[in-house]
Amino acid sequence: MDKYKALIGLEMHCEISETNTKVFSSARNSYSDLANSNIRPVDMGFPGTLPVVNKEAVRKALMASIILNCQQPEYLYFERKNYYYPDLPKGFQITQETKPAPIGIYGQLKFECNGEEKTVRINNLHLEEDAASTDHFSDSSTIDYNRAGVPLLELVTYPDFHSADEAVAFLETMRSIYQYAGISEADSKKGQIRCDVNVSIMDKDADPTNEENWGTKVEIKNVNSFGGVRDAINYEIKRQIELKEDGSYDQMEQQTRRWNEETGTTIYMRSKVDAIDYKYFVEPNIPKFRIPKSWIEEIKHDIPSLAPERKAKYIKEYGLTEYDATILVKEKSVSDYFEETIACGANPKSASNWITTRLLGYINKLFISIKDVFLTPKMLKELIDMVDKREISSKQAKDVFYESLDEKKDPKDIVSSKGMKQNSDDSEIRSIIINILDNNSENVEKYKSGRTNVFDFFVGQVMKQTRGQANPEMTREILTEELGKR
Amino acid sequence: MEYMTKGILEIHRALKNKEVTSKELIEESLEKTHKLQEECNAFVTILDDAKPSEVNDNFLSGIPYGIKDNYSTKGILSTGSSNTLKDYVPFFTATAISNLESKGAVAVNKTVMDEFGMGGTGTTGHTGIVKNPWDHSRMCAGSSAGSACAVAAGVYPYATGSDTGDSIRKPAAFCGIVGYKPTYGMISRYGLFPFASSLDHCGVLSRSVEDAAIVVDNMKGIDKNDMTSWDSKDIHLYESLGKSVKGKKLCYIKEICDINMYKNPSEELKLHLENFHKVLEKCKSLGIEIEEVSVDQTLLNTVASVYVVISCAEATSNMSNLTGIIFGPRGEGNNYIEMMKDYRTHGFSPLIKRRFVIGSYVLQAQNKDRYFHNAQRARRLIVDKWKELFESYDAVILPVSSGPAKSLDKNDDTLDESTTVLEEHLQIGNFGGFPSITIPDGFIDGMPVGLNITGKCYDDENVLNIAYNIESILGYKNQIAKEVNNG
Repeated sequence: MDKYKALIGLEMHCEISETNTKVFSSARNSYSDLANSNIRPVDMGFPGTLPVVNKEAVRKALMASIILNCQQPEYLYFERKNYYYPDLPKGFQITQETKPAPIGIYGQLKFECNGEEKTVRINNLHLEEDAASTDHFSDSSTIDYNRAGVPLLELVTYPDFHSADEAVAFLETMRSIYQYAGISEADSKKGQIRCDVNVSIMDKDADPTNEENWGTKVEIKNVNSFGGVRDAINYEIKRQIELKEDGSYDQMEQQTRRWNEETGTTIYMRSKVDAIDYKYFVEPNIPKFRIPKSWIEEIKHDIPSLAPERKAKYIKEYGLTEYDATILVKEKSVSDYFEETIACGANPKSASNWITTRLLGYINKLFISIKDVFLTPKMLKELIDMVDKREISSKQAKDVFYESLDEKKDPKDIVSSKGMKQNSDDSEIRSIIINILDNNSENVEKYKSGRTNVFDFFVGQVMKQTRGQANPEMTREILTEELGKR
Repeated sequence: MEYMTKGILEIHRALKNKEVTSKELIEESLEKTHKLQEECNAFVTILDDAKPSEVNDNFLSGIPYGIKDNYSTKGILSTGSSNTLKDYVPFFTATAISNLESKGAVAVNKTVMDEFGMGGTGTTGHTGIVKNPWDHSRMCAGSSAGSACAVAAGVYPYATGSDTGDSIRKPAAFCGIVGYKPTYGMISRYGLFPFASSLDHCGVLSRSVEDAAIVVDNMKGIDKNDMTSWDSKDIHLYESLGKSVKGKKLCYIKEICDINMYKNPSEELKLHLENFHKVLEKCKSLGIEIEEVSVDQTLLNTVASVYVVISCAEATSNMSNLTGIIFGPRGEGNNYIEMMKDYRTHGFSPLIKRRFVIGSYVLQAQNKDRYFHNAQRARRLIVDKWKELFESYDAVILPVSSGPAKSLDKNDDTLDESTTVLEEHLQIGNFGGFPSITIPDGFIDGMPVGLNITGKCYDDENVLNIAYNIESILGYKNQIAKEVNNG
């Protein structure tokens, strides 16, 4: 790699999951395990059906366009991309091209990679419809049209990334933007994010702003996870360097390859020469639509606060560490949970501690979303309060926390049903301690002579007599005090 | 007593006065349907179980009508006259048909057309050729051949049609009836099998302007399923008829109407144009001013090619959904590509395949600008020229075709270069989405011929009222085909 520099560009497809209906169809836009349950005649291309544009999908796409600092078009057009494939029931996809202008063109976005700020230029952002999904079996294939017509945003960057790290950091930034702006869950497990990656290498010392110095572009299709993007880029850079080293790089033609997740390799699909001619033309069934400036302004105003803004607030207003704030804003659902807990009145630092350590540990272990846990922000707030008011000990709280999650019980009910109240009555604890010290003069002497480890023996005795309900901090305080008096 | 040969208002009055019932009308219509089917082969499906509907104040209630077979009809075979959909029974109904149904109109048959509307002869449907009811040795023209044939033969007062180039207005002329396509988007296209979406119009074939107005009043309306439809609730076609046309201005185009523009005009062409000019003279008696205008011949000469390029391009894309996988008779093969190839190879007629090849060719990256984009530019120039005419004139009036219906022996659908513009000028109405109506204007050798009136978008009331007034002085209103030759 020392002799070469990689130029990497991305095409990121992300479904807009947060609309009620599909982009050109009145069918529900919702991920469903039940095949072919969210479909209308237009989604299967029945004769005579027509596309009807979903304004909300356009609004969300415009919001993404604004966030990416793209130019928005004066008129909205859609185009037909014509090709035959079993997952494409109409025989064409309704999409956008660069002429006439799509929903966004020529933007840029700053993002952070390993602590450094980078900028990527966006060539264009376009709104289109997703295809159906197919499953292939040994002797047949099945088609599920639920996904056909789901709104999809395709973002095309310039080849401004120079490493897999940069490309993945950008994708993570985009995922965060889509989530925070309420555009998409951006969940690659649900197949909502799919990427094509293009990679070329060039001599390290050559000027990358001069396109003549660029190497031969290789496009890798079908990369469906961020880990896959990282591995595919690294594999392809290595493969191309090997070609350079053995002198066969110049024979390599511009080509499209497919990423094979299982073998971790890219496989030749077709040469540029065999590129498909999609015969684009403007979709005649969708009249051109003027996008009023006032609408753009309105959308601009409606952009919710995104991750960096929230993170800054957590550090500045709540006094959290950069580390904790970063963890909290990584997923919008986690940040939302945190903010809701605060809104219920919880102490931000306590809430942050509970969420970043125990709660995230728990959901990551079980591979579930924070949205699926039984413990609500309000319950977490009440649990924190019980500790702060010394009603239960931290140790007890931890047990209650896991029992609540596992058994789906309200922490309040667990505490009361187990009689788990903490004793924080100063005079009561003190009289118990005085009694214990009186009856263990031998150990008191040991303590006085410097064997401080007997302190824990006394604590144990207090806990034994109170069946663990004595407030441990108070116990330690009073015990120190009383021992000092002797 | 025959009722199906009468106009809608007269039938409606008879129903209201209980001289006849909806059931009896259906019986009469079905009987004529079967008879005409033997003679002219106008129908794909005959709805022998059609149920009468309640007669109310809507003029269409209880009255039979026909549906061109490219309208999607729930539970009723809808083939587009193509083998590719020979078994297709839709589960939803086209908006235009639901609108008629909701007014109590009763469909009694589905009519033969040129396959998917892509023809002008009425001879390319998968059920065979449609013969002209006036002369069985001649064609009806197309593509709404069966609808024109049945209305002219008096099977019912009207049938729906669709018009991408002239598919309502030319068969209407050849069958001696009225054919009207309103402004683009006035009638929803939802459920109409597409040919070329930017040119496709729904419309009606009837025997009078009045009936055409009544029917379209009931078919039209904005539709949430068709983004190109618009709100026409303030347009009342029937109510606007009968107003004076004194002072209205029409123009005709010298390059199309002057016999001296043709090098070796046929006898038919001479008679046709002579008749047209006589009709224009009569129109003047209504107080209509008529002027001759000249339009650049080069521009007029582009019309036919613009139409071919745009319509074929859109058609090849629109019909890519026909794979035989989801609907239609599935093809045979070891994989989906083989299955699709088998289905499309055997399903489509050679004419359609030719058009698909043209459509693909003009959209290919290396050809797109030269053909498709240039066609779009020329379309814009032509439309702009017509819009310019509409600034000075209420409408353009022109003869339809170069004479009466052609003989079935010469049904190759190719163009005679000298009369191309005369044959194809109706396509301008589709380029601009203009309201356009054809009415009968005379006879040549016992065969009907027609004229066309085309106005500016959204001015349907004016266009129809002009046609209504002209119709009233010509005497061909509500004429029924009289067989002059049984082939």
